[in-house]
Amino acid sequence: MNFGTWSKRALTMVTTLAAAAALAMSPQVAMAQDAAADVTAPLPPAASAPVIDSAPADAAATSDAVPAAGAYQPLGTDMIKGQPVERGMTFQNQYTDDGEFALWMHDAILLPVITVISLFVLGLLLWVVVRFNRRRNKVASKTTHNTFIEVVWTVIPVLILVVIAVPSITLLARQYETPPADAVTIKATGYQWYWGYTYPDNGGFEIVSNMLSNEDAIANGEPAMLAVDNRMVVPANTPIRLQTTAADVIHAFAVPSLWFKLDAVPGRLNERLLTIKEPGIYYGQCSELCGARHGYMPIAVEALPRAEWEAWVREQGGTVAGDPVEETAAPAAAAPAEAAPADTAPEAAVS
Amino acid sequence: MATTADTFQAHTEDHGHHDADHKPAFFARWFMSTNHKDIGTLYLIFAICAGIIGGFISGIMRMELADPGIQYLGYWVSLMGGEASFDANLHMWNVLITAHGLIMVFFMVMPAMIGGFGNWFVPLMIGAPDMAFPRMNNISFWLTVAGFTSLMFSTFVPGGTGMGAGIGWTAYAPLSTTGSTGPAVDFAIFSLHLAGAASIMGAINFITTIFNMRAPGMTLHKMPLFVWSVLVTAFLLLLALPVLAAAITMLLTDRNFGTTFFDPAGGGDPVLYQHLFWFFGHPEVYIMILPGFGMISQIVATFSRKPVFGYLGMAYAMVAIGLVGFVVWAHHMYTTGLDVNTKMYFTAATMVIAVPTGVKIFSWIATMWGGSIEFKSPLVWSMGFIFLFTVGGVTGVVLANGGVDDVLHDTYYVVAHFHYVLSMGAVFSLFAGFYYWFPKMSGKMHSEFLAHLHFWVFFIGVNIIFFPQHFLGMDGMPRRIPDYPEAFAYWNNISSYGYYIMAGSMGIFFVNLAYAFIAGKKAGDNPWGEGATTLEWTLSSPPPYHQFETLPVIEDHHDYHDHRPVTA
Repeated sequence: MNFGTWSKRALTMVTTLAAAAALAMSPQVAMAQDAAADVTAPLPPAASAPVIDSAPADAAATSDAVPAAGAYQPLGTDMIKGQPVERGMTFQNQYTDDGEFALWMHDAILLPVITVISLFVLGLLLWVVVRFNRRRNKVASKTTHNTFIEVVWTVIPVLILVVIAVPSITLLARQYETPPADAVTIKATGYQWYWGYTYPDNGGFEIVSNMLSNEDAIANGEPAMLAVDNRMVVPANTPIRLQTTAADVIHAFAVPSLWFKLDAVPGRLNERLLTIKEPGIYYGQCSELCGARHGYMPIAVEALPRAEWEAWVREQGGTVAGDPVEETAAPAAAAPAEAAPADTAPEAAVS
Repeated sequence: MATTADTFQAHTEDHGHHDADHKPAFFARWFMSTNHKDIGTLYLIFAICAGIIGGFISGIMRMELADPGIQYLGYWVSLMGGEASFDANLHMWNVLITAHGLIMVFFMVMPAMIGGFGNWFVPLMIGAPDMAFPRMNNISFWLTVAGFTSLMFSTFVPGGTGMGAGIGWTAYAPLSTTGSTGPAVDFAIFSLHLAGAASIMGAINFITTIFNMRAPGMTLHKMPLFVWSVLVTAFLLLLALPVLAAAITMLLTDRNFGTTFFDPAGGGDPVLYQHLFWFFGHPEVYIMILPGFGMISQIVATFSRKPVFGYLGMAYAMVAIGLVGFVVWAHHMYTTGLDVNTKMYFTAATMVIAVPTGVKIFSWIATMWGGSIEFKSPLVWSMGFIFLFTVGGVTGVVLANGGVDDVLHDTYYVVAHFHYVLSMGAVFSLFAGFYYWFPKMSGKMHSEFLAHLHFWVFFIGVNIIFFPQHFLGMDGMPRRIPDYPEAFAYWNNISSYGYYIMAGSMGIFFVNLAYAFIAGKKAGDNPWGEGATTLEWTLSSPPPYHQFETLPVIEDHHDYHDHRPVTA
């Protein structure tokens, strides 16, 4: 082989390698940014602590009203927010920050990019059909190489992938934020074929959640195959440390409108932060084949304002971290920061 | 193309003269065959039969999913001799999805691509008289048949909630261990052992053949791209299948001998199985598509009357895909609780594969660019492949993002994605290859009209089936469920209509086959004209029972290095 050909090939390989290296670096870059954020990490907990503190404060204001208003009332069907849309052609509306970011990433970056690429390839094929058919082009060209164009169609896809990789890595970093110390821990356990929701921070009671029959669901005004007898009741606007595990085979806890899916694996405790932005009902379905009734173990998350959620917890015979602990801590309490360690103590013991 | 051998016409005439066609009698020829072409034919017939069964099962599933509720499952349970009950019906669903996946992967696409076309055309294209190990070739085929028999048998024995193995083609533990009692799962696992052993032996055979039996003058860099694709595929098989064998053997011992590899109660880990499975499973998807890539390269070059653009880039893109294919497996496991760094790595690594794949797509188009293209049926199928594989590829880029996959994992979006790359990618390339080589294999011409009609009806059908499934997935519909909330009814219904169209197109295919054998014109040595430059076109159609008794010599002036100066 002569040197010219060799050098051309070497050139292609060098660019390919450089491109691959660039792509391989992209996570590092994002991690570096992430690390930079970590340096300032002491700030966010400090900043978020007052926010969490203010929630119980609000709760204190309303909690008098809630018990007075009577027992916990399940949210009505007007509060159904996360469910599949009839004839839907895209994602469900998102009710978490990460979900909104991910949806933006899909709609603003991924979907346009893949649409343009597909149409570009289709266009080229159609052009080839029109221009290079045997009637219009009797004699075929003999071109079999063009280093420039080969470099172009290697490098441009790499650049496109780098553009995709940056928000993608950012999204991953966001999804894996560590739950704050005072997050509410809820454990979802998959059984064949229903879900159990345990509240370790609130006395450890377990709610068993079975699918409603189609008749009951429709009578309730809820979507069939998604409605359950006991929903997973959670506080809205509060960081939730959602843990998943399973008792028999692998299940997956999935709620599309919260951009959340985490496998429930026997012998493992998976954990992810979930903060639902507003009260409402969000439906999902088991998303890992788990035997005969795999399609019949839906998930219904009911997010309530914090105070109402606390009322619900008490109704289940559970306790809310705030009240009893605060009394014992009160004499020593001087600064609001004190409340945080006091709050986390029981959680730390549980988790 | 890389090789031209029009100077060997004289040799082929010779073959006709001294009687090389000394065929054994029927039973010895077809049941004890050691001839690569006969074994290739057997593989193709087997793959068509398996494809009919697998395709029929998808019809049962699309019928069931056409409307919400459970309609027909009870009927199928009774038909199979079971007792219909709510759970037995649902179990039947899981048996159907399992069987459909396993049949299509292990007993349709792989036998057709590698066993069928690989066996037929690798020796022909490299100028070899046969495969390196003809007897091993025979046992490869018959082990595949035995594997299929074992899988079919599993549907008639108890598998837990009902008859048959309802574990999904991935056979995740513990559903496949403690989650399914009864022998059905054991038979299904054993069928994979047999099919896997068959494929490993096939891989050894291909590697040996390609490395040692190329005609004089045919260097690796002059091999037709289809041979390159089979070579890469054979290495993937050789490296990936033993891992599957290990994983499913551990499933068997967990099930029967009290080991706890995947049981947390004994210190095992269910996720370990998934790592092992997908370490095999991801290369497996390239095993299914790479020979297709090779066929498309041959066909596009033939009908454009142009050599493949960027031959070396094309060959090494396949090598790169094969290599990178081994280090991306955990993108199938984004929701199992991987840590964030692992997910970031697998996201980046997975996207890297798009680059060599893009090189291939653009090189095919560049091959056609400036060509003098004749739109015969193989090329039309190939162009369908290029477009639909692109669509399936770009949705793969979406799924590659670990954060986005959090909502798409195990939904119909994934189903749509992998059917675009397999039941449109792999299957379109199979039909392209079939129409391309059918005249060579049978000596008869098929009807070009019917082949085009088959293409258009199939193209419309599969797109109606699978494009709406993207919408279902984005809207949140999980895979592998027999019944669904009302909101998913509309697109499911449309998808099911697509199936009937697709099934109709298969009717056209079989009519075309019948036509070719009954009334088809006799095919000449090279029905596709001057663009068809590989060695198989220098032989008669069908080729003599033993070919290349005098080895062809590949002369240098025909190889790709000696193309005309580059013109832009």
